[in-house]
Amino acid sequence: MTPFSYHKPASLDEAVSLAGPSSRFIAGGTNLVDLMKENVERPEHLIDITGLALKAIEETPEGGVMIGALVSNADLAWHPLVEARYPLLAQAILAGASPQLRNMASTGGNLLQRTRCYYFYDTGTPCNKREPGSGCPARQGLNRMHAILGASDDCVATHPSDMCVALAALAAVVHVHGPAGARQIPFADFHRLPGDTPQRDNQLAQDELITGIELPAEPFAAHCRYIKVRDRASYAFALVSVAAALQIEKGVIREARLALGGVAHKPWRDPAVEALLQGKPASTELFTHAADALLQAAKPLAQNGFKVSLARNAIIRALSEACAADNSLGEMQ
Amino acid sequence: MTATPDQGALQRPLQMTINGEHKTLTVHPWTTLLDLLREQLDLAGTKKGCDHGQCGACTVLRDGKRINACLTLAVMCEGAELVTIEGLADGDRLHPMQQAFITQDAFQCGYCTPGQICSAVGLANEGRAHNRDDIRELMSGNLCRCGAYSNIVAAVEEALPLIKGARP
Ligand SMILES: Cc1cc2nc3c(=O)[nH]c(=O)nc-3n(C[C@H](O)[C@H](O)[C@H](O)COP(=O)(O)OP(=O)(O)OC[C@H]3O[C@@H](n4cnc5c(N)ncnc54)[C@H](O)[C@@H]3O)c2cc1C
Ligand code: SF4
Ligand code: FES
Ligand code: FES
Repeated sequence: MTPFSYHKPASLDEAVSLAGPSSRFIAGGTNLVDLMKENVERPEHLIDITGLALKAIEETPEGGVMIGALVSNADLAWHPLVEARYPLLAQAILAGASPQLRNMASTGGNLLQRTRCYYFYDTGTPCNKREPGSGCPARQGLNRMHAILGASDDCVATHPSDMCVALAALAAVVHVHGPAGARQIPFADFHRLPGDTPQRDNQLAQDELITGIELPAEPFAAHCRYIKVRDRASYAFALVSVAAALQIEKGVIREARLALGGVAHKPWRDPAVEALLQGKPASTELFTHAADALLQAAKPLAQNGFKVSLARNAIIRALSEACAADNSLGEMQ
Repeated sequence: MTATPDQGALQRPLQMTINGEHKTLTVHPWTTLLDLLREQLDLAGTKKGCDHGQCGACTVLRDGKRINACLTLAVMCEGAELVTIEGLADGDRLHPMQQAFITQDAFQCGYCTPGQICSAVGLANEGRAHNRDDIRELMSGNLCRCGAYSNIVAAVEEALPLIKGARP
């Protein structure tokens, strides 16, 4: 690691005032310290935000839940409110990383984790995300783990988070604080597609801090399912993952949410496909139709064509299992 | 990393409790908890496998929770209560998890074992493992190159009911 100075601000405003191009916030450190060891990140100043009062999980007056940015992934997945009302989120978090990492990783940090593209990690190779304008070796190189949707000529990386796929399906809202005060960003707008500026993963400004994630009150607890397909049964990043959440009344789908992980630069949601599911009786034919519609725009690379059929099967299975599930008691392992 | 005078100025005071002993230390901000334990404190029981959060060999307990020491900056442990493999036994009496690893022959080379045992104690504290499948899933953050997995699961299963505070 390159030497750096260490600061531990006591207030939000102090933290934000210390931010700058050569500073980085650190929370759990599970991504940042790793990238610093690889010299991908070389901050001159490290701002430890773990002293800030952002560790609560509370009900909102609107019937939703507000999650502090410093709540650990483990505490979030195993919180009674989350287990009972947002089992989809608990399932997604518990499918990610390891118990040790989930104890360290924070809610805010999870959103901001960088891609696992091998070239991004290897400072001996070009990479547009790491060094804008240097090129994208993944396009013609090792791209088995890469995107099939929403990629650009400049970058075909995927966002690696599991938690974010569930947050996208649940239409969470990201609360941030910056020099100009507080603002809120709908989850669908938080992460971005690479376009010709793949160095930017999301809409957060350098001097903005995530303070919390708000979950709206939503009727998906009974019928939801997170499916993660990976190279081994546990402790591996997703090849493809699917978060499916349905509200069903007398066999008819009232509302549907469908988000995919491992396939794009951001958790992938397609409102047209969700609309297509709504108001119709749940059936395998309908789910198959939805999967085909969502994947119509897929553009696989040389090594990841398998992700298209994998995603198709995972979507059909996640929707079917969400439909069949009854988590209404909120009991999750 | 060799220290230059400039780097010396970046050193930070650090207080924490390690295996019940209060410590006052001075560390560089870039020193990981793992390097602090092994290089500065001679607590070499905690192992370095990958140094990237991928193997679990460096697992220790911070305030009762299992974490990867290799991805933890020591400066960020101010005020923490740390327990490493060296701190689990009660004098000459092994911790039930250590004893179970011996009874069940849950290791071959032993390199992953300190991390496995600390991780298993963390698992017991969490109280979320109810059967062998749960144990397998919740021990998946600890790799064993010797493949002692089946005996590790048996050891954790044996020790769980013996650990105070662990919900069966
Ligand atoms: C071996 C391994 C396996 C993994 N497997 C998975 C997996 O299967 N699924 C999965 O989803 N994830 C996985 N992860 C990733 C893990 O979930 C993330 O590293 C973690 O969520 C990041 O959170 P953190 O608090 O540790 O972030 P940090 O490392 O502290 O920070 C990450 C980034 O976010 C910034 N930051 C942190 N908090 C804030 C804030 N509040 N406001 C503004 N900026 C902030 C930091 O400046 C930094 O740039 C894995 C990680 C490892 C090492
Ligand atoms: S896919 Fe993106 S992250 Fe990977 S090498 Fe190309 S530009 Fe870099
Ligand atoms: S050495 Fe820390 S996880 Fe491998
Ligand atoms: S006993 Fe050898 S690595 Fe596990």
